[in-house]
Amino acid sequence: MDKLFAITLDVGSSLANKTGTWRTYRPVYVDRLPPCNNQCPAGENIQAWLYLAEEGRYEDAWRKIMEENPFPAIMGRVCYHTCESACNRGALDEAVGINGVERFLGDQAIKHEWRIEPGSPTGRRVLVVGAGPAGLSCAYHLARLGHAVTVLEGADKAGGMVRYSIPKYRMPREKLNQEIKRIADMGVEIRLSSPVSDLAAEMKKGRYDAAFVAVGAQLGRHLPLPSSGGVAVLDAVQILRDLEHEEAVPLRGRVIVYGGGNTAFDVARSAVRLGALESLVVYRRTREKMPAHRSEIREALEEGVTLRCLSTITEVGTGAVTIERMELDAKGRSQPTGEREMIPATTVVLALGQDTDLGLLTGVPGLRVENGLVQVDRNLATGATGIWAGGDIVPADRNATVAIGHGKKAARQIDAWLRGEVLRRPAKPELASADMMNTWYYSDAPRAIRPILEAVRRTSGFAEVVGDYDEGTALYEARRCMSCGNCFECDNCYGVCPDNAVIKLGPGERFEFNYDYCKGCGVCISECPCGAIRRVPEAI
Amino acid sequence: METQIIKFYQTGSFAVGNRLLDESQRSVQANMRRSNSLNSGHRACQGCGEALGARYAIDAAMQATSNQLIAVNATGCLEVFSTPYPETSWQLPWIHSLFGNAAAVATGVAAAMRVKGRQDVRVIAQGGDGGTTDIGFGCLSGMFERNDDVLYICYDNEGYMNTGVQRSSATPPAARTSTTAAIGEEPGNGFGQGKFVPAIAMAHEIPYVATASVAYLRDLEAKVHRAMSLRGARYLHIFVPCPLGWGAASEDTIRLARLVVETGLFPLFEAEHGEVTGRYQIRHRVPVEEYLRLQKRYSHLLGKRPAVATIARIQAMAERNIRRYGLLGEEA
Repeated sequence: MDKLFAITLDVGSSLANKTGTWRTYRPVYVDRLPPCNNQCPAGENIQAWLYLAEEGRYEDAWRKIMEENPFPAIMGRVCYHTCESACNRGALDEAVGINGVERFLGDQAIKHEWRIEPGSPTGRRVLVVGAGPAGLSCAYHLARLGHAVTVLEGADKAGGMVRYSIPKYRMPREKLNQEIKRIADMGVEIRLSSPVSDLAAEMKKGRYDAAFVAVGAQLGRHLPLPSSGGVAVLDAVQILRDLEHEEAVPLRGRVIVYGGGNTAFDVARSAVRLGALESLVVYRRTREKMPAHRSEIREALEEGVTLRCLSTITEVGTGAVTIERMELDAKGRSQPTGEREMIPATTVVLALGQDTDLGLLTGVPGLRVENGLVQVDRNLATGATGIWAGGDIVPADRNATVAIGHGKKAARQIDAWLRGEVLRRPAKPELASADMMNTWYYSDAPRAIRPILEAVRRTSGFAEVVGDYDEGTALYEARRCMSCGNCFECDNCYGVCPDNAVIKLGPGERFEFNYDYCKGCGVCISECPCGAIRRVPEAI
Repeated sequence: METQIIKFYQTGSFAVGNRLLDESQRSVQANMRRSNSLNSGHRACQGCGEALGARYAIDAAMQATSNQLIAVNATGCLEVFSTPYPETSWQLPWIHSLFGNAAAVATGVAAAMRVKGRQDVRVIAQGGDGGTTDIGFGCLSGMFERNDDVLYICYDNEGYMNTGVQRSSATPPAARTSTTAAIGEEPGNGFGQGKFVPAIAMAHEIPYVATASVAYLRDLEAKVHRAMSLRGARYLHIFVPCPLGWGAASEDTIRLARLVVETGLFPLFEAEHGEVTGRYQIRHRVPVEEYLRLQKRYSHLLGKRPAVATIARIQAMAERNIRRYGLLGEEA
């Protein structure tokens, strides 16, 4: 024994003391569902692609979007980005400019000609009817899964309502064309001017294994208005279609648009650009009730469009229309008052919603149509075997983002069905709500402003109204993302653990708890900025 | 349009690490190869602020000295929970003698290193507020006035926690401890007593004095680095919440260490030769109640009939700090 005086034991390390036994709760890393992802009708993993963009990995970020949505350049323009309304950062300062970053990534892809490869051929053939956002999204996803896809489109250009109802100042056509071309380049056959009149016959003729129908709602709704014939009464859908074909559109003089949806404002704003003397939107309910998106109304007003809410058109006379004032009853519904007024008018445009033409589905056994809508289950399957439907012809919100989501969902269902499998939906993770966040850690950063074309320049042509983020701004905006519910490797848990019980695994590998020593104090949970750690009771 | 380049890194320097920053700009604690000077298996309570503060400070000092560091420890929680015979959690040469003599022992170690010609080996003395502001105060003041080459770190948890939460001269007014019961006309610790040792250290006009809080890691590490770049007597006073002694939830340790600063109750500053040279400016100012509410030692002030006058006196202490140290910046 050569130990020092009064020493009987060797010096040991406290590592022998497994303090993990003290624990009554354990921290567990989780990935929660960020509110933006939860909100996105196209099911984009927004947090994940912003994370990649934060590091300047733009192509990776773009590819992440492309796993869910083949149209970032289109979505970055026409999507009404409800994700931003859901964004937790909204409670801190302002929501992250997700839409602008998506557009930046979409435009980068076009600029650098990034491509997506089709999957290895399965030998199965799928028919898609309609080359709108739903149909093209479905075709894209099917092509990625290796199926041979033919898209039949009645019109002479692809794009559906994105082309035929969204004017160029919101959706420049070269971007639209590029994103569609990228899908065609994957081997998807898009046959234009090929309307389908009998789906069953078409499927038989082309020996298709399955079909996705997304022909859209293209018939403008009409309203029998007593008219003396002096003022032209036109259909909004037809006008927007003529605009796309660069045909002469009679939007001159005093234009009155009847309706309160996005289409009404698209026509009213187009009228301003075509030099109309006046562009007035008449709507029967209040401005708050207008189905048009707020940004659409705001931009229209900036451009000189005027509104007349709580009003209906009762008669179209000569050089004028008769308008009746409405008022809200106790239930908040608008009721006629009998007070009428003549206002001068040159043209009246009806934008009262759109109906579907589903003639092609006549006689398909098992397929049910109600109120002009194809009835589908939650997987978008119709009652007919091998036929799915989506977009504006099924009961859902009508917009391009929803349609793109439908296309993806149908493609995945069709693929599973062709393989003889049933697709299981993964359980939705818990929502990452604002109260799970520790926002102290995020730098103060007001939202970047997207450049907006001056109103004067907007009213004199169809140039794009909302401008691009430059690279620096897009990066800044991406970095404003708080990564709700998903670890972004800030090292906080690793740093704040008083017991060194968090193991850092290295860049991209995240962290692990060392439960031998974790005492379950919960400091890591409190100090995780993004709420990616859950407290779980120990079974004792 | 005028443009301005803004460098923006999501969490900036608020979080421990930041994958968007260059490796050299990240904190010591974010490093996978940090020295973990105070290793796992120590017997500190769940959520111990002192264990955290000690690892933060000593890891930073280890990095600053290329691991040529000796630590001298006063008696106290830190000593007891880290070295129950025969185990130790320390991964550096470490010595403990008595409760009150850590500063003097450190002076001796520094002298020994000087005699041996080992100017590269640096010395840190550390202790709790009891061992620093009360029991070891004479030795500490002597070390300061001799300007011995030691960095003394006080981990301030505002009481004698190891022996059963007794009052120390760092216990704040109105706080309940086992020796200042929440009874009588002025329940809890009295006003107008105790001492703020950083100010006393400044009065010695030693090369460096600083305060830090475990909620502000980057600030804490920067102060340790600054201290280790200097020679002579240096003093660092770190605010470390004690969940057990304060009656706080263990997960609130960092939150408390943040709120005490954001209320103005604990000023973060640094001083060289008696002059304040830097201060942390409050980022999100909050009223003192938000800090008090999380701790049972103040529960007699809140509840159904809040002690409005006492809370106002505590708020006034915060205001005084804000004025004295200029914690709100110029515009405020």
